Amino acid sequence: MSTLELRELDALRAGDEEAFMALVRRHHAAMVRVAQIYVSRRDLAEEVVQEAWLGVLRGLDRFEGRSSLKTWLFRIVTNLAKTRAMREGRTIPFSALRTPEGVPEPAVEPERFRRPDDPQWPGHWASKPAQWPEARLLENESLERIQQAIEALPDSQRAVITLRDVEGWSAEEVCNALELSETNQRVLLHRARSKVRRAMERYLDE
Amino acid sequence: MSDSTLEALSCQELVELVTAYLEGSLPAVDRTRFEDHIARCDGCRVYLEQMRTTIRLAGRLTPEAVPPEAERALLSAFRSWHEK
Repeated sequence: MSTLELRELDALRAGDEEAFMALVRRHHAAMVRVAQIYVSRRDLAEEVVQEAWLGVLRGLDRFEGRSSLKTWLFRIVTNLAKTRAMREGRTIPFSALRTPEGVPEPAVEPERFRRPDDPQWPGHWASKPAQWPEARLLENESLERIQQAIEALPDSQRAVITLRDVEGWSAEEVCNALELSETNQRVLLHRARSKVRRAMERYLDE
Repeated sequence: MSDSTLEALSCQELVELVTAYLEGSLPAVDRTRFEDHIARCDGCRVYLEQMRTTIRLAGRLTPEAVPPEAERALLSAFRSWHEK
């Protein structure tokens, strides 16, 4: 644990409300995303996260700091979400994170490329992507579109892109929190980013 | 110098390697093939730039705020935990 985290932990144990609420604000949204991988429904995910915070409080005095505070928090969320998913009858709570290679999801629609039997340039762009107008990227609506595209993703892809690109976690942190292999983390991130890019392209072509 | 026996990437193959490339997890050979292709192909250069822009814009989103009723409930849970 870092010095910063030790100080934070001391403050929490001393009953510092500001420190607790800062921790909540920092992690709550990401915790909901992670819970949603397992329980899917947003309202259930919110409940799981509330329960997780209570678990954090109960465990705070016993927490030894072998892992970072963040890792510990997300482990509590993951465990509770799995239990909840089983209770809700999602028979295979891990299904959301199963090896995603099974179903191919091309990053770009195959129609955008020349056919594999093209005599000259098989697999090369048939319709090239056009440069995006910088001015429109600066508009708030572009950010709204990105947000909507992320919302529309499957649960596990949404969780990975949120943690990596919105919250700025490292790949390693995401693998640990979600118990993902490096490869699966990358595949989920790739699919998520590719779909969000496609949504932006559609929007900017309008 | 690129190895001429090495088969060049097609654009359709390249777009599937973009995340691995940006993560720095491509093996050296594939990294070279990727960069050789990008150097010669406008379409893929724009594509790579769009992926970078997408990542940059996602980074500007603010994580969702905690719902006020959840905040209140957590604050009172914290208070009663501390009073114990």
